[in-house]
Amino acid sequence: MIGAAFRGRLGSFDLDTAFEVPGQGITALFGPSGCGKTTVLRAIAGLMRLPEGRLVVNGETWQEGRRFVPPHRRAIGYVFQEASLFPHLSVESNLRFGLRRSRGAARIGWDEVVDLLGIGPLFDRPTAMLSGGERQRVAIGRALLSQPQLLLMDEPLSALDRFSKDEILPYLERLHASLSIPVIYVSHDIAEVERLADTLVLMGGGRVRAAGPIAAMLADPALPLIRMPQPAAVIDGAVVSTDPVYGLSEVEVPGGRLVVPGDLGPRGMRRRLRIPASDVSLGRHAPLDTTILNALPARIQGAEPEPGHQVTVRLALGADGQGAALLARVSRKSWDRLNLREGELVVARLKAVALADPAPPLSTRVTPAARTATS
Amino acid sequence: MAEGPLLDAAMVETIILTLKLAGVTTVVLLLVGTPLAWWLSRAGGLWKEVVATIVALPIVLPPTVLGFYLLIAMGPNSPLTALLGRKLSFTFEGLVVGSVIYSMPFVVNPIRNAFEAMGPRPMEVAATLRAAPLDAFFTVALPLALPGIFTGAILGFAHTVGEFGVILMIGGGIPGETKVLSVTIFDYVETLQWGKAHILAGGMLAMSFVVILAMMLVERRLNRARQ
Repeated sequence: MIGAAFRGRLGSFDLDTAFEVPGQGITALFGPSGCGKTTVLRAIAGLMRLPEGRLVVNGETWQEGRRFVPPHRRAIGYVFQEASLFPHLSVESNLRFGLRRSRGAARIGWDEVVDLLGIGPLFDRPTAMLSGGERQRVAIGRALLSQPQLLLMDEPLSALDRFSKDEILPYLERLHASLSIPVIYVSHDIAEVERLADTLVLMGGGRVRAAGPIAAMLADPALPLIRMPQPAAVIDGAVVSTDPVYGLSEVEVPGGRLVVPGDLGPRGMRRRLRIPASDVSLGRHAPLDTTILNALPARIQGAEPEPGHQVTVRLALGADGQGAALLARVSRKSWDRLNLREGELVVARLKAVALADPAPPLSTRVTPAARTATS
Repeated sequence: MAEGPLLDAAMVETIILTLKLAGVTTVVLLLVGTPLAWWLSRAGGLWKEVVATIVALPIVLPPTVLGFYLLIAMGPNSPLTALLGRKLSFTFEGLVVGSVIYSMPFVVNPIRNAFEAMGPRPMEVAATLRAAPLDAFFTVALPLALPGIFTGAILGFAHTVGEFGVILMIGGGIPGETKVLSVTIFDYVETLQWGKAHILAGGMLAMSFVVILAMMLVERRLNRARQ
């Protein structure tokens, strides 16, 4: 568990944040530019000392009252917006910088990080000759090798172009799948957040607006996320079976099963699906003749009128309405014509179901045995 | 014009003394100036400006003014002399003290600029990678500021070699102890030994040119290696 509370005046605005997030998985600090996300991250790292603060990370108090653990004594890894590699050191020496100074047993191995981030081929190149994406991969590796108990990432993709972003995201997802350290990830890009985050801390104007599991937050009518131009639901599920003939996989999600294009990996593998609200239509009956593969019973939880004669309908999968949250954006005319109401059972037809992460599946957690095999 | 060998024993003695003074002064300047430059590049507030002004004073003060006060401070009746138990004026050590103060801005400024140019980020990165402040200073800040330190060392050395007014005020011209090149050249001119003056003055001109050119070339290389 990570408990953070910071208060202070910063330039022109007051920061007053308090949140608790699980001590595992990726927590996104999400909000518009200038809302204080980076400040909170820097305060967690100890790079900035806010006069009033309390920070407890997995039972260790890093700041409280007059107690303030300096950054070099905090077991953190920090990935800055710009890779900030040391220009006077080689790639390899950059990677070893934190590893050499880490205390205790090395839980995150050299080979594991090098394989995970694909940075082996970069060792001999001067840091100045690396591309933006390569530099950031080295920076992430350097942070991981310092054996952090908490990885902090400050918009690690925002300084990169589209290509480099697409290059890095799969590595971040692999990281997520194979490392057990908690990550706090600052972002103002909802697409990144939908792809990576387990927990979302929604910030605005120096305050924490809400915090909770990502799927629930995206569908929460009290939050602005549902009113974004392209709202979407994310659903985590496990692969049940794959059908190589038709190139489809079946994924078990809370409240139903979804058919997803592609081979999503072995049975039991966890995958995240992203379903845009605009790709979901509603009906009273299961469709008889249709090309749509996914039609699932769902309960209407509520409806948010949108400008432009549209309605964003909140649904929960399953006849009992206990399953995963889903969003459907339908025209107000259809909503009235079908005479839909809260609590009613409908059939949600999903035009498209896609992986949140179009990356190739990550086989398995890198185990010590696997490490020896590769080295 | 000069007969016999190009350099006579007195000239060799004065050249060696000058190089020794400049060498010792440069080492002292690097040891004192680097932490001072670091502090100036990181500190805030009025104190920093006051200290920076004091460091910069030798640039604008006439050497005679600086030399005059140094002479008094190092003279027989000063508290410093009482503290040390001996006077520093008219000694080699006195020249070192004077040269260090006189050349300080030429060493501190380039190093300070180098520290400021690297920004706060490298030290933050080092801290997040478990490097304690002193560790980070030696393994990150110093290597990154190396071109500036190099420039400062060269400038400090060359400036000390070329120093005249302050030395004349506090050192006079005791051969082998305080009689450095610039004072010797002045003596030769005073005594109309134009040939000897030519040899030393021309030598200094050539050396200064070579030193500064070499500095520029090395600096260019160092900077290029970083990009």
